[in-house]
Amino acid sequence: MKARVHVMLKDGVLDPQGEAVRHALGTLGFSGVEGVRQGKVIELDLAETDAEAARVTVGEMCEKLLANTVIESYRVEIV
Amino acid sequence: MKAAVIVFPGSNCDRDLAVACRKAGMDVTMVWHKDTELPPGTDLVGIPGGFSFGDYLRCGAIAARSPIITAVSAHAKRGGYAVGLCNGFQVLTETGLLPGVLMRNRDLKYICRTIGLRVETTDSAFTSGYTQGQEIAIPIAHHDGNYTADSETVARLKGDGRVAFTYIDNPNGSVADIAGILSENRRVLGMMPHPERAADPLHTSQDGVTFFAGLASALADA
Repeated sequence: MKARVHVMLKDGVLDPQGEAVRHALGTLGFSGVEGVRQGKVIELDLAETDAEAARVTVGEMCEKLLANTVIESYRVEIV
Repeated sequence: MKAAVIVFPGSNCDRDLAVACRKAGMDVTMVWHKDTELPPGTDLVGIPGGFSFGDYLRCGAIAARSPIITAVSAHAKRGGYAVGLCNGFQVLTETGLLPGVLMRNRDLKYICRTIGLRVETTDSAFTSGYTQGQEIAIPIAHHDGNYTADSETVARLKGDGRVAFTYIDNPNGSVADIAGILSENRRVLGMMPHPERAADPLHTSQDGVTFFAGLASALADA
């Protein structure tokens, strides 16, 4: 079973990299990009076969390591 | 007094930190990150600068989950002294021993130069040798030194006098110009600048000598 974790900066946390990407898009002529937020996608291959159990375990992984919950939020997707 | 300098794969200021501590009269042991115990009688734990684990995932994130960190946390929780410089500061925030987080520099550039710091409190072993408001020259060398915390945390740090150093001319976008902070018991300090790179006659500044000398004398009195 695979899990996909999406880690994003929380709303309100300034994202300097996203801002730089937004500026670059403007330079390329893409007008109207009002905001860019950059995050991470982490894919996990799991031995677990129960989706609910996997979701719980991956949630713990996010809390302990994969996300820094001071500034980041995460979303777990079982695929 | 005994200092233990933790070495992670990718640490690159560990020996500089050890040299600065030894010059101040400390007995220094290098401790590998896979060790599970600090040497008996350790007074100070030093977490050095560098790029532990290649800054993978987030700066300091993997190092903060190393086996030795359990012992470092226990040392800090029982009132032991610890200092984290640069990557060491990032490790300390990742362990939760210090609040907040270090984000990418405001201008997205790695910055390596000597900058001006203001000593915001002399009420700590680390800063006792300076005078309140003293301006000192210390090098910085980081890509992720933009200190960020929520407004309540920043207000608490300021209100409790736990901001140890501020930047005179903020290079990286840190909230409230914060360059270094103290723990609640004032015995754990994290800072992005490198006092260990300003502690030798061959360095461009010697303003870091006071940092280590003050620390050594405070520990000797403790």
